[in-house]
Amino acid sequence: MYELIMTHLNDVVAAVLFAIGLANLLFQKNMIKKIIGLNIMDTSVYLLLASQGYIRGLAAPIMTDGNTDAGNYINPIPSGLVLTGIVVSVSVTALMLSLTIRIYKKYHTLNLDEALMRVRQEE
Amino acid sequence: MEIIRNFPFFSIMICMFSAIVTSVLPAKAARYLTRAALIAVMVLSAVLLVNLRGSGTSFPYMMGHFPAPWGNEIRAGELEALMALFISTVALFSVMAGMPAVLKDIDEDKQNLYFILVDLMTASIISMIYTNDLFTGYVFIEINTIAGCGLIMIRQIGKSVVTAMRYMIISLVGSGLFLIGVTMLYTISGHLLMPNIRESIAELADNDKYSVTLTVVVGLITVGLAIKSGLFPFHLWIPDAYGYSNVASSSLLSSIVSKGYILLLIKIFYRVIGFDIIVKSGVNNILFVFGVTAMIMGSLAAIREKNIRRMIAYSSVAQIGYIYMGMGLGTKAGTVAALFHIISHGATKSLLFLSSAEFTEGSHSKEFSELYGTGRKYRGSALCYSIGAFSMVGFPLLSGFISKYMFATAAVGHNLKMILALGALALSTILNTIYFLKSVIVIYSDDPKKRRPQSLETYLSGAGGMMSSKMQYFCSIGALTVINFLLGIKAQTIIDIISEGLEVFG
Repeated sequence: MYELIMTHLNDVVAAVLFAIGLANLLFQKNMIKKIIGLNIMDTSVYLLLASQGYIRGLAAPIMTDGNTDAGNYINPIPSGLVLTGIVVSVSVTALMLSLTIRIYKKYHTLNLDEALMRVRQEE
Repeated sequence: MEIIRNFPFFSIMICMFSAIVTSVLPAKAARYLTRAALIAVMVLSAVLLVNLRGSGTSFPYMMGHFPAPWGNEIRAGELEALMALFISTVALFSVMAGMPAVLKDIDEDKQNLYFILVDLMTASIISMIYTNDLFTGYVFIEINTIAGCGLIMIRQIGKSVVTAMRYMIISLVGSGLFLIGVTMLYTISGHLLMPNIRESIAELADNDKYSVTLTVVVGLITVGLAIKSGLFPFHLWIPDAYGYSNVASSSLLSSIVSKGYILLLIKIFYRVIGFDIIVKSGVNNILFVFGVTAMIMGSLAAIREKNIRRMIAYSSVAQIGYIYMGMGLGTKAGTVAALFHIISHGATKSLLFLSSAEFTEGSHSKEFSELYGTGRKYRGSALCYSIGAFSMVGFPLLSGFISKYMFATAAVGHNLKMILALGALALSTILNTIYFLKSVIVIYSDDPKKRRPQSLETYLSGAGGMMSSKMQYFCSIGALTVINFLLGIKAQTIIDIISEGLEVFG
């Protein structure tokens, strides 16, 4: 068991981080903490992706000295996916933060449940 | 024929570019451009559909300069063309009939932002329909989520901003699960293009390798997309989101946005994993159980609701349940019924939201107690609303009847599932009848307190009193009513297209 965990350390850490992020996103009441949870969750996926593309001892996939043998480089696709994913998660984070500012200006609280309660009281 | 192959790509790009151009346009030009873009997509999809009809083929389309295993692709067949046609049609009529609400709720200098969101949403759903690449699918899911969030919060009242926040949180849980599912699928298959993944998966399944991982992947992707489309236990944001947002947004969100995710899920089931592997893994049974529960629970919640817009929203929860129930049957007939219901529900639900707008705005309230007698004041929209309500209940000649009939016939021969599905269908139909007929009776009957419905400004006159806005409103809801009848009477054509399209799916 210990060996299995050590050989798949990246995957295990990614899974643990994903769970931490998901739990924070769902169960934290504070909206800023929710957003932090979202970022932890997304980062865990990038860790998983990046570690899948990495091959120990090989170079970054940037061609130098005319070395065109693909066997010398790591898999570039997961790195590309991570970049795309980071762009997506940055924009989602920005949107969430702007929503948080809106809610804070209106209800003077960062607690989503409390904001929801104020909405219900308005009716 | 060669130029027609470009049409899926054109449809996506027209929406994308009109979103970009709209950002610098004044409100009036933005309105025209969006409508023109949607009409263009409609025409392109219709031409594509006519061309592919009966040919029994589909074609991939290379994006960029790299061939299949490395580059990105989109793919078009009959089913995709039909769905793109459906999406653009409903989007066009929602925008046209919801225009007075858009003009009223949003400041003039910010109106072009609303049309950016509409364009982006249409572009992302059409891309989800056409894409042949799983990661592209993920990116467009996120774009769709952001556009949907914007559509909800555009009214900028406290309620809708809090609702948008809740919608984002639930949606992001869904997309997180989907993303990790796609990542794991990439690790075991080594590909991102759907046909290539399919080959690797078939090989893995033959050798009985990674069967646990595959089940986990199927579970993650299915749960992720089910959360995003608002299946029963994850439906809590739906009534607020559809109930308090702008009426055009409610119509777009309920009839299109949630359907985009379901279409992508069906595509993944058939083209990426393979439907027999899904059935073997038993994930469809879980979908079936949640679908049946949603059918009942959504209808029960709708009966208790006193606000007409929220009642229609809860009915959406039940209808999403119908779709997942059909997919959960695990047969081709079930999926065909689910796909038909996607179209039928989209046409009916947008009709209900849009036609109810006139009399809820006219009486300045969405509560049933204030709606007495409005049906006789606003005859046209009340008639369309009643037709929509009858269609939801499953009245013959209307589209709702055909989808209920198809679900019932698809369920036959499944022993336990047949009893559950038929029972749920019967019970849900009775519950539907209770709340939809109640709403129809209320709008046509006199107020028990003898109050006369009176209003200072109506939905249509409030919108600057434009002559054309009235005509647009009635043309759109009239067209949606006609589509409902057409789907009910000429259903066989649509069913043929769906089943032929599903045949070439994989």
